[in-house]
Amino acid sequence: MIELGHFAACLAFAAALAQSVFGLLGQRAFAARFSVAGFVLMLAAFATLLVAFARSDFSLALAAQNSHTLKPFVYKLAGVWGNHEGSMALWCLVTLGFGAAAAWRMKTGRDIFEARALGVQGLLASGSLAYLLFASSPFLRQTPAPLQGAGLNPLLQDPGLTFHPPMLYLGYVGYSFVFALAAAGLLEGRIDRAWAKEARRWSLAAFIPLTLGIALGAYWAYYELGWGGWWFWDPVENASLMPWLIGAGLLHSVIVTEKRDGFAGWTVLLAVLAFLFSLLGAFLVRSGILTSVHAFAVDPERGLILLGGLLVYGSAALGLYAWRAPSLKAGPAWKLVSREGALAANNLALIAAALTVLLGTLFPLIAEAAGETMSVGEPYFGATFTPILGAVLLLLPAAQAWSWGDANAKTASTKWLIVAGALAGGAVLFGLMLSRVSIGTALAVALALYLIAGAVIELRRRAISVQRLAALPLRVWGMTIAHAGLGLFIFGAAIETSQRYETTLALPAGGSKPVAGWTFTLDKVEALEGPNWYADRAILTATRGGESVQLAPSKRFYPAAQMPTTETAIHKTGTGDLYAALGERREVNGETLYVFRIYFNPWIDLVFGGVALIALGACLAFWPKRKAET
Amino acid sequence: MQARTQRLYVLGIAAVFLAGAAVLAYFGLRQSANLFYTPAVLAKQGRPAASRDVKIGGWVEPGSLTYSDDGTTMTFTVIDNSPHTIRVQFTGLAPDLFREGQGVVATGRFTEGDIFVARSLLAKHDENYQPRELPPPRATP
Repeated sequence: MIELGHFAACLAFAAALAQSVFGLLGQRAFAARFSVAGFVLMLAAFATLLVAFARSDFSLALAAQNSHTLKPFVYKLAGVWGNHEGSMALWCLVTLGFGAAAAWRMKTGRDIFEARALGVQGLLASGSLAYLLFASSPFLRQTPAPLQGAGLNPLLQDPGLTFHPPMLYLGYVGYSFVFALAAAGLLEGRIDRAWAKEARRWSLAAFIPLTLGIALGAYWAYYELGWGGWWFWDPVENASLMPWLIGAGLLHSVIVTEKRDGFAGWTVLLAVLAFLFSLLGAFLVRSGILTSVHAFAVDPERGLILLGGLLVYGSAALGLYAWRAPSLKAGPAWKLVSREGALAANNLALIAAALTVLLGTLFPLIAEAAGETMSVGEPYFGATFTPILGAVLLLLPAAQAWSWGDANAKTASTKWLIVAGALAGGAVLFGLMLSRVSIGTALAVALALYLIAGAVIELRRRAISVQRLAALPLRVWGMTIAHAGLGLFIFGAAIETSQRYETTLALPAGGSKPVAGWTFTLDKVEALEGPNWYADRAILTATRGGESVQLAPSKRFYPAAQMPTTETAIHKTGTGDLYAALGERREVNGETLYVFRIYFNPWIDLVFGGVALIALGACLAFWPKRKAET
Repeated sequence: MQARTQRLYVLGIAAVFLAGAAVLAYFGLRQSANLFYTPAVLAKQGRPAASRDVKIGGWVEPGSLTYSDDGTTMTFTVIDNSPHTIRVQFTGLAPDLFREGQGVVATGRFTEGDIFVARSLLAKHDENYQPRELPPPRATP
């Protein structure tokens, strides 16, 4: 079985090479056939891995190292990508998948261009496959086969983690085809409206899963790590945030190219950078050069290969860019106060934000090279990333409202902006009057309201009348929902991070203590047993007035991995989450106490809901036009 | 002429943002990049200001772990291969793999004189993940 899979992967490698040769020679039909063949072959190869994991075939070294017979079925399957080699196999599969989807869906009517895009995609796929087959093969056998596997890292035995990596990879690798389109466009020397139309759709196809993947990861961190937060500026979180920021810039820059023929060179540069930053993310995660909960294994050699790939792709693409970009035509002229002006400023701010994240992520390495051991945490990102993000948000409604080319200051759109600004100003005053919040939080809340008001007002303006709202193009709805979602996210994030309440509580069985208006009683601690773990589960009752809530946080122990995990208990109230995590047992003055961390996370649903709305908005923008609009 | 003004706009905006980002990053890093201390390094370089976030690391000295009366605060001693030690105080849940004799990295400040008040603790996570600031484990802890 596995040998067949290995063989299929080798054939997929050959198909990808053929795809690149025929593609670069301009043979669209051949390149398309090979890209579909490559995808099908890799799918078969991946399927053999899935089957081996599902059947706990421990003669497969990868399954022996990362699976266990007692693991629930879904997690056996998820175990395939819960390790370095398997996740690289998934990466290859998705790269080929995007090639096959492109062969099927690309509709520019320009055969040579499409063939070259498939060719470049083939090159990217062959690169990843070569790495998979020659440097980190998941298909290796092991004799004698052990009777039992070592088990998956228990932290990964969780529904959030089952879907988080594939989603993230769809996003990362989705930018590979945007990169391919950019390279093909540069080869042809033509970055025009048709190119932009195609590039916009594929950028959205990558942006949607990337957004969802990041959100799933954040949600997983929130309920599984037991630290009460959802974003920790972990290097690997940063590695996914950087392509997201650049991808967000690209989505907006490509619109200028599509509608106005403008920003062609900039759009192509972002298209290249989005994928390079995805690769950088893969390099940072997989090489283990940065400390992170995500680093699978520290292997300098693999890190070097990945770094080499990044340098080759990067220098080839940027070289091509330097050669061709000067000949790209500029679009029609625009004034500073215009949609182009606002979008240009916004794009540059997004890039500046991504660069500060990059600096903060790499700084420990730079410091280490200089002989210092340093680390960079939340305070740095709060001081740099947040203000720049503020500038992005401030400009956003302007970019929506101002017209192309030259937006007259007297236009109705600016009037609406003032209304929105006034609303926001009122909110700041209100916030400061309550004076429970810092100026930063009040400003963030004001910006959030300004964004939401801006999105709604702009929707109303474009519809002209309420009756015509339904007839608006889906992409206008998508824009509104995404921007309103961003506003909700900012609102939730500002309130949640500044107003989060947390405390530590130690209780004997039967004891109770007051916490923030609630009274917590530890009813009992019971023992539980699962398929491949056993656990202590605490039954806590929280009462407030006549209200009574039961929370049952537990602590699991996985004997196979010799590792405990924290299972938090979350109770949703109307205004936030009551959240409890169980800690260790402590003997204090002859009494047995159980320690808990209790959090109240206000408006946390807006954080995740806002991001979900961003993804939904992007989906609407991605959806093909309705018949009536074409 | 038009193209030139446009380029000026873009370069101007880019300069503003990049300069702004550079200034923010410079001060951000100066204020919040955490220096790392082991007991020996601390003894040599002296205690950092109480207003500054730093990291300390080493092994938890066996037998040094005590709890406050309400059970929420723990205090322990961090040691390394030198004769020096650091007292660490932490309120909260110990990380899953926190043990006496094991490696630990704490982030916090020296707000209580010689006692390091930790805001977060990281313990050895699993075989593949260990805070990289830690020296290699001792043969006989």
